Amino acid sequence: MSDNRISVAKTYKLYVDGKFPRSESGRTYPVTDSKGAFLANASHASRKDVRDAVVAARKAFGGWSGATAYNRGQVLYRVAEVLEGRREQFAAEVAASEGLPARKAQSVVDAAVDRWVWYAGWTDKIATVLGAANPVAGPYFSFTVPEPTGVVGVLAPQESSLLGLVSVVAPVLATGCTAVVVSSADRPLPAITLSEVLATSDVPAGVVNVLTGKASELGPWLASHGDVNALDPTGAGPLGRVEIAREAAGTVKRVLAVPEDEPDWTRRPDIARLRRYLEPKTVWHPQGV
Amino acid sequence: MATPTLPAELSDATRDETSLRRFLHGLPGVDQVGVEQRAAGLGTRSIKKGSKLWAIDTAISMVDLTTLEGADTHGKVRALAAKARRPDPDRPDTPRVAAVCVYPDLVSTAVGALTGTGIGVASVATAFPSGRSSREVKLTDVALAVNSGASEVDMVIDRGAFLEGRYGQVFDEIQAVKEACAAAGNTAHLKVILETGELATYDNVRRASWLALLAGGDFIKTSTGKVSPAATLPVTHVMLQAVRDWYVSTGELRGVKPAGGIRNTKDAIRYLVAVHEVAGPEWLTPSLFRFGASSLLNDLLLQRRTQLDGHYSGPKYVTVD
Repeated sequence: MSDNRISVAKTYKLYVDGKFPRSESGRTYPVTDSKGAFLANASHASRKDVRDAVVAARKAFGGWSGATAYNRGQVLYRVAEVLEGRREQFAAEVAASEGLPARKAQSVVDAAVDRWVWYAGWTDKIATVLGAANPVAGPYFSFTVPEPTGVVGVLAPQESSLLGLVSVVAPVLATGCTAVVVSSADRPLPAITLSEVLATSDVPAGVVNVLTGKASELGPWLASHGDVNALDPTGAGPLGRVEIAREAAGTVKRVLAVPEDEPDWTRRPDIARLRRYLEPKTVWHPQGV
Repeated sequence: MATPTLPAELSDATRDETSLRRFLHGLPGVDQVGVEQRAAGLGTRSIKKGSKLWAIDTAISMVDLTTLEGADTHGKVRALAAKARRPDPDRPDTPRVAAVCVYPDLVSTAVGALTGTGIGVASVATAFPSGRSSREVKLTDVALAVNSGASEVDMVIDRGAFLEGRYGQVFDEIQAVKEACAAAGNTAHLKVILETGELATYDNVRRASWLALLAGGDFIKTSTGKVSPAATLPVTHVMLQAVRDWYVSTGELRGVKPAGGIRNTKDAIRYLVAVHEVAGPEWLTPSLFRFGASSLLNDLLLQRRTQLDGHYSGPKYVTVD
């Protein structure tokens, strides 16, 4: 092979219901690296792709939320294994997208894998931390157990294309919710590769759906959708968040309170995001004998 | 077995079994590639905004809300009747469905819940869904339905006899059921289920359609919903051609009812486009076109909400039936 071989440019597709469909609209857009050089084409998702993704996420919710916490943890660990196996590809994509030097990109990828493992570990522990056996005045047991909220719309961070993405998607999955993710518009390649990872690990179809496109276009449709239960508006930007909050009010969604600017994703997270995607259910049970 | 009001060539066809066979086998063959291509082509037509809302409302008014399960209870039929009367309680302007379709023993429950609403009660009969029983049993089945107050009877043809070429027997049976529908002052409409999934070819579908029309069926219906494939667009095309041709030769309007497998609004609108283009706009009414469906109604209601609210809705906003 000579050096003047013409490389094969990819046109990536969406990830919906465990499959890789084109956008219903047929639109694509060019993805460039941090210096403006062409990298690949990505699908430009439309509102109908949002609609299809929410249907897929709702269909998958029963199985994923009903799986045992231990099982969910095993599935997420498996995702981390496959992520680890693709370190080089992720590092190259992060380096190109975010304009980082190779060593820095590598450490971002490592941090992302570690972040995934951290959330995977929480699946079978969070109920113990957030649940309670409540002291009540009467011959009853009263238990509070956290239950997954439902379908979560995630507008992924625009800047941090892998570590930020993992930091917002993993907590959704760890709680047993299903996700419709709108990736970073200018830096979608790590999200696309992550969807390939999810498709080839044990995550059931529809549990994560990844749309590439503009958060400003898709966000309001996710926010007003009657079948979406919670929303993470991180990638919407300060102005977009106002519109999203307004659109989400009609169906009283859980909308995450997120800081104005993207946080430092390398900082160790806490369980705030897990807590937001769980609803407490309290049951009373007679003590019997 | 002749029917008096038909034009000469059609009344001649019903004179005896030989002429019936000659007539049915003399029908032009169906161009399989052509009809499938045309059905697929019409299916791509884009219906949006105001037209879509009109189509959704029309489709809702054409639904025969159906429950045909062994586990049907009186309570389920009453719940279905409530849904038929008021499909979307949040939006009282939603049109009512055309009819509720149940098994004969549940007809009286449905009639009791729907009296005075103008919603019909359809009943399947004649040893539905297989049709494998004696004529006597089938007619008793029909009598049970009409005497309980059914306004429409969905009968199945004897597919075995049809495929063996005993057209006269099928013809006589449809006529006998037609008479049973009109017995004792009843005025039940007759829908004839061809069960196209078991007829194997489009030519057979066309023959069975004409056979049912000749014998006096008010509607021809694709399927029972118990056999796969159920209703398909090309099959419905062939049947719509038959009712249109029947109208051209007799001046009489007969209906078509696709049933089974139509689950979402997109499909329903494709059928409406086919009705408009193949039969004609005068068929776009519940008295001449129906959908046999159970889960279709919820999707129509969700799409209707999406059109009116300007945002997507979810399945938890409509009743589970």
